[in-house]
Amino acid sequence: MIEVTNLHKGFNGEEILKGITTTFDRGMTNLIIGTSGSGKTVFLKCLLGLFTPETGAICYDGATYSELNEQQQRDLRERMGMVFQGSALFDSMTVEENVMFPLMMFTKQKKEEMLERVHEVLKRVNLENAEKKLPSEISGGMQKRVAIARAIVTRPKYLFCDEPNSGLDPRTAIVIDNLIKEITEEYDITTVINTHDMNSVMEIGEKIVFLKNGFLEWEGDKTQIFKTDNKAVTDFVYSSNLFKKVRDAQIKGL
Amino acid sequence: MFYLDDIGRYFLMLKGVFSRMTKGSVLRNLIFKEIDDLIIGSLGITVFLAFFIGAVVAIQTALNLTNPLIPKKLIAFASRQSVILEFAPTFLSVIMAGKVGSFITSSIGTMRVTEQIDALEVMGINSLNYLVFPKVIAMFMYPFVIAIAMFVGIFGAYAAGVYGGFVSSADFLTGLREEFIPYHLTYAFMKTFLFAFLLATIPSFHGYYMKGGALEVGKASTSAFVWTTVVIIISNYVLTQLLLS
Repeated sequence: MIEVTNLHKGFNGEEILKGITTTFDRGMTNLIIGTSGSGKTVFLKCLLGLFTPETGAICYDGATYSELNEQQQRDLRERMGMVFQGSALFDSMTVEENVMFPLMMFTKQKKEEMLERVHEVLKRVNLENAEKKLPSEISGGMQKRVAIARAIVTRPKYLFCDEPNSGLDPRTAIVIDNLIKEITEEYDITTVINTHDMNSVMEIGEKIVFLKNGFLEWEGDKTQIFKTDNKAVTDFVYSSNLFKKVRDAQIKGL
Repeated sequence: MFYLDDIGRYFLMLKGVFSRMTKGSVLRNLIFKEIDDLIIGSLGITVFLAFFIGAVVAIQTALNLTNPLIPKKLIAFASRQSVILEFAPTFLSVIMAGKVGSFITSSIGTMRVTEQIDALEVMGINSLNYLVFPKVIAMFMYPFVIAIAMFVGIFGAYAAGVYGGFVSSADFLTGLREEFIPYHLTYAFMKTFLFAFLLATIPSFHGYYMKGGALEVGKASTSAFVWTTVVIIISNYVLTQLLLS
């Protein structure tokens, strides 16, 4: 579980996050949503420890990040997995080497043991025949799956995803969303996903945090988001013509 | 103030490069890969340039020695001094600032743009040590490249001088050995070690701290070449003043 208390973060005098307080539960897919510029990425980078908040606290299963020493912070980061928006796979390494990388860096396992684990996670993300390919030789959806495999190979306690289905076709996006949800339940980890894709909200939004201009505007789950009368949330949800038509049809009783 | 800020960040980067070392077995593989990319990959162009520049130095010297009282062996002497003191260590380092420097900046810059550096940091890896330290170590092999360039440059001068009919082989070999000061080699290699360090770190700095996209990677590469060249030329002057005068 991750608890965030009164988080403030700014750059060059401009405050981006303005006192965010929320909780992300274990074994659940927690979504951070909001329009572009609402502070989602800054919030996610604070959770990852890439940005240091000005005030406030982030607590990972009882351990407050700012109170940990450098070594403890590194140990904590080793228990985090991250799926970047652009996958961030290492270009010069094959799929197998990319997934094996965290094991090589942080474990003392023999190569055979590492390969066994790599093939296990690649099988889990349905990528058994791409081990020897370079990231440039596989599709965007496959790259995302490699990124997920790399993120979970060390059995992390926390999984962070920055717009995991951006640039993917709707069908592949759903596959990736469901894969993340299944992995969250299977590994019993705390997953935080940064997205502005309403399809993801509908598919896997067990807890949703809505940001607007750096404030936490609303939080709830995927059923509540369609019932709320919060204007900022409804504007965001029904900015999609599809959702707008579905709502209009519901109102008309169709 | 802007430059002072950059200089400060450069030295802070160096501190980061030499702290929190990456796992030894991983580092060893990275160093071998960098030696292949930065050193072995530069041998061809270095040999090619050294041969022809050495040849041109010999021809230029020969064509300027119009006074019959000046012995022809001076062609070899002048070529040797030019190649050992300046051409091989300094001139080639400036060229390497273009070849090796832009390679380093663009590869690290692309990693920055595609969030690969963020991925390393999230994993708890010291990205500066992981990316830059192997390059610094690999560049310790750079003096070997310069040694080869010295040899090939002088061979180029011999070929152009002797086969071009400017000087006899015997005269050339005599001039080559005349008034040879071994300390000049020490001076040349001291310079080379410093230039190797600069060639590894200044382009890394420009790549690591760049912001933006593909266009900015190109701009960072250009900027890295310019600044590496400027620092090499200035440190060449300072070292020459300190070590030779």
